[in-house]
Amino acid sequence: MRTTTVVLGAGHAGLAMSRCLTDRSIDHVVLERGEVANTWKTERWDSLRLLTPNWQSRLPGYAYQGDDPDGYRTMPETIAFLERYAGLISAPVQTRTTVTSVRRAHDGYEVETDRGTWRCQAVAIATGACNIPTVPAIAEMLPDRIDTLTPLEYRNPDQLADGEVLVVGAASTGAQIAEEIHRSGRSVTLAVGEHIRVPRVYRGRDIKWWMDAVGVLDESYEEVDNLVRARNVPSLQLVGSDDRRDLDLNRLTDIGVRLVGRLAGIQNTKVQFSGSLPNQCAMSDLKMNRLLDRIDEWATENSLNGDVDPPHRFEPTRVEASPPLDMDLGGIRTILWATGFRPDYSWLDVPVLDRKGRVRHDGGVVEAPGMYLLGMPFLRRRKSSLIDGAADDARYLSNHLSSFLDRAISRPGPAVRTA
Amino acid sequence: MSTITSPVDNGVNVEALLGAREVLTGMPEAAQFTWRATCEWVNGTHSRSRVEGFFGLGEEQKHRTVFTYDADHPEIFASEDHGATPVELVLAGLASCLTAGVASVAQNRDIQLNSVVATLEGGMDIQGILGIDPDVRNGFSGIKVTYDIDADATPDEIRAVVAQSQKRSAVYDVITNPTNVTVEVN
Repeated sequence: MRTTTVVLGAGHAGLAMSRCLTDRSIDHVVLERGEVANTWKTERWDSLRLLTPNWQSRLPGYAYQGDDPDGYRTMPETIAFLERYAGLISAPVQTRTTVTSVRRAHDGYEVETDRGTWRCQAVAIATGACNIPTVPAIAEMLPDRIDTLTPLEYRNPDQLADGEVLVVGAASTGAQIAEEIHRSGRSVTLAVGEHIRVPRVYRGRDIKWWMDAVGVLDESYEEVDNLVRARNVPSLQLVGSDDRRDLDLNRLTDIGVRLVGRLAGIQNTKVQFSGSLPNQCAMSDLKMNRLLDRIDEWATENSLNGDVDPPHRFEPTRVEASPPLDMDLGGIRTILWATGFRPDYSWLDVPVLDRKGRVRHDGGVVEAPGMYLLGMPFLRRRKSSLIDGAADDARYLSNHLSSFLDRAISRPGPAVRTA
Repeated sequence: MSTITSPVDNGVNVEALLGAREVLTGMPEAAQFTWRATCEWVNGTHSRSRVEGFFGLGEEQKHRTVFTYDADHPEIFASEDHGATPVELVLAGLASCLTAGVASVAQNRDIQLNSVVATLEGGMDIQGILGIDPDVRNGFSGIKVTYDIDADATPDEIRAVVAQSQKRSAVYDVITNPTNVTVEVN
């Protein structure tokens, strides 16, 4: 089978790219291992809602038109939204097709699937950033009687045995799941490493509205100080809820979740935590206040102060004087690893990975000619990790892809150099 | 902030450090260092440690001179007090590491330091080391570091420098996280 461009993955990024390619009349197919919005259907916990308000999930040629712009989509709503978009743009999605290999061919790429092989000139990788949960190596030292699970396996607290739960990681996932498990009546300890605290609502507006308005989300990968760091920043401690509640560590402390430092090791019968909790919390508070300062400055410059609530600051994160540095493994029944994710490129047989297994790319333009990457944290802008970031990225990269194809046509000989 | 109009000088060559980071990013093997110390027993609880050579950037390196550190215990421990106690040396190591970090981070952020003083306290229940109570650990029950910093920056900017210094500090990491230690006898 032959096409010009193969898009891998029919999530928001792959669909946005499909729409942009269609706009440019570039022949393509979107290959999807499951169905449209597959990870939202199969790899998310039941109570999860998007962290961004409804109005903010703008895709190329598609914006929210419902009557609850400030609400947060549930998983079924997110799935319906992406399915509707796929239908609206008539995306040429081939579902139930698992890609087993992408390799160079003399005139471009060969994409091997469990349903035949595609030949194409360009490939757009939109397979997501969260394919494989990152679990620390010390997990292997745990006794068998402790249940462990990752956020991809977690659905709801009913899955868990009775008894104490250790949630490792306090980004959005860990904080949300810690809160939910605690509410199920289980005692929860939360191991806190680096985390980003933000209020859900500030001066009467959603923090995501501010970040969008102030321009934080539009910051480019070319202007950020430390790109490696920017691409590894944990997700904001936020939850999408009807009561628009905060999900910071003070709130978790208030309901009874015990905070400890980053998981540091396992020795004999104890799990050990880092003594760095006070600094992790101090850094996070300072970072939050810098963001709020920036918001306040912007509100003043733009004469918005009359329209929004007055500026204020939040109580610093409370850390107990001597947080526990260890915990008896005997007391722990379940450990949940909310320690991040990484992409799966096991099918990618083109030498574009760095020594840490990340695709080498310049703002989504991969080193290999005609290969593009989408839907990754800070790919081109801070918002690249959001559904709302896919539109700008797909527009830019489809434009680049289009120029690449034009050059390939005008150049004699093989369209793509082989390494 | 423009480097032309802000002659911030904390005596840290940030360009060299950033250059090293750039070079080592592509050469992880050159980033593998081994730090060394030797220690010889003198008498009683008095010992003398020496540092001179270390390994890094792919080859053996040397300090400009040999540095020696006497350690002992005070007279209330029935010792002769020829030097700081080893745990005080640990506090000194932590303070020096954090303070070097403060200077470097401040330089990188164009913040002029005028004075930096760290005061450290490590609490310890010596029932642990004396073997009186097996439930008491030998080491510090906690360490408190207090910085007095005079710098051309806002209080929050200074706090952020100190926080970043902790984030990048080797000794802070050594103390706050477990490390495997193997001790062999030849």
